[in-house]
Amino acid sequence: MTSLAVGDHQAETATPAKVIQPVWVRMVHWINAFAMILMIMSGWQIYNASPLFGFSFSSNITLGGWLGGALLWHFAAMWLLMVNGLIYLALGFATGRFRKKLLPITPAGVISDTKAALTFKLSHDDLSKYNSVQKLLYTGIIVVGVVIVLSGLSMWKPVQLHWLVSLFGGYDIARYVHFTCMALIVAFLVIHVALALLVPKSLRAMIIGR
Amino acid sequence: MGRLRKLLIPGVDKKLLVRDAVKTMPELTRRRFITAGTSLGALTLLTGCDVVDSSSAEELLKKVSKFNDAVQAWMFNPDALAPTFPESMITKPFPFNAYYGLDEAPEIAGADWKLEVRGLVDNKKSWTLDELYKLPQVKQVTRHICVEGWSAIGSWTGTPLRDFLKLVGADTHAKYVWFQCADKDGYNSPLDMGTALHPQTQMTFKFGDEILPRAYGFPMKIRVPTKLGFKNPKYVLSMEVTNDYKGGYWEDQGYNSFSGS
Repeated sequence: MTSLAVGDHQAETATPAKVIQPVWVRMVHWINAFAMILMIMSGWQIYNASPLFGFSFSSNITLGGWLGGALLWHFAAMWLLMVNGLIYLALGFATGRFRKKLLPITPAGVISDTKAALTFKLSHDDLSKYNSVQKLLYTGIIVVGVVIVLSGLSMWKPVQLHWLVSLFGGYDIARYVHFTCMALIVAFLVIHVALALLVPKSLRAMIIGR
Repeated sequence: MGRLRKLLIPGVDKKLLVRDAVKTMPELTRRRFITAGTSLGALTLLTGCDVVDSSSAEELLKKVSKFNDAVQAWMFNPDALAPTFPESMITKPFPFNAYYGLDEAPEIAGADWKLEVRGLVDNKKSWTLDELYKLPQVKQVTRHICVEGWSAIGSWTGTPLRDFLKLVGADTHAKYVWFQCADKDGYNSPLDMGTALHPQTQMTFKFGDEILPRAYGFPMKIRVPTKLGFKNPKYVLSMEVTNDYKGGYWEDQGYNSFSGS
């Protein structure tokens, strides 16, 4: 036991670094990332069984090996995605995180912050405050997440949940909605990962919290 | 990437590990694992780690699939009807779909065919096509949804299965009605009793008001609009009322057994 170590510890607690991402956010974030990747990759394999468009996904980037395997993955990972997502939504509302972090979103703010971002003038000094572009993207992706789950449920249970299918305008349209949401999530993922790599301290905050 | 993986699991040769695991599997499991394997390859590539070997992942997935059977049975509402459509919306031509080509579809002589009824029923007599045609029939225009994702609307006419089960004195507290079919390689599929008793579950003799053509399952198919297409057996030879889960052609290869809509 060295006094030095204790001294260090005390120094640390005396001036604690500001927690940017609370532990629950980090946990649901990474569980979601894992579940989402499983869902997307198995979803691509399922898509290949009856493609909506004139292309298929390479088997190098799909999960499951064949339709049956992909369905097993998809209908297993869906529980992880859904339960984790519901916890996120519940805590997001209950803790006031959504209200504090994501609101307000104004068109003027989004335009000026987009301009600033594209000219590399956007400030990242305070990671605990989201800029307008972040607010818009994070709110948007939550909405897309809800829609992809609902369209997925309506394809899984088109008889038991026929009212949900009607909401989407029919079974076939629900398939296109589901695919479109996937495409939006993948597009988000590309931007999200690219920006996290451009501002590495934001990635660190999502791993160790500060 | 390869070097990274070696760093993560020092001293473990992934290929040897998998080969050893495969050796410990029984022959049948091994065959399915290879042909129908739930490949983890791409995921391994992506994450650079190999924390679970494929066979244990497959076991877990099978357990979740059984759990999903239970969830779906719980969700199943015996009174919820599959949506019906006007005849103008019928898909033309209605697709032929099987794991073989149309020229390999069973060719059954209607005059020689008899439906065999087995298991937990009072009357085990076999039924000729003429006898079955005399039973009251109803028509439905419903959506057939394939496990592959595509769907098509068709018109099916026949006798509600629950009326027939009543007629033969079936034990409707049994768990399954198990169908055996004439498709090559012996198609079969279990239907849970709840779904068998659903008002729209039908012993189908006609498609689009015409005698069921060979492409759609002559002489008899079971139309189940609350299930995915592969749970709608064609070219039916026999039905067995049973408490045993006897598996099915696709179910055994990994498709979810309940597969309810």
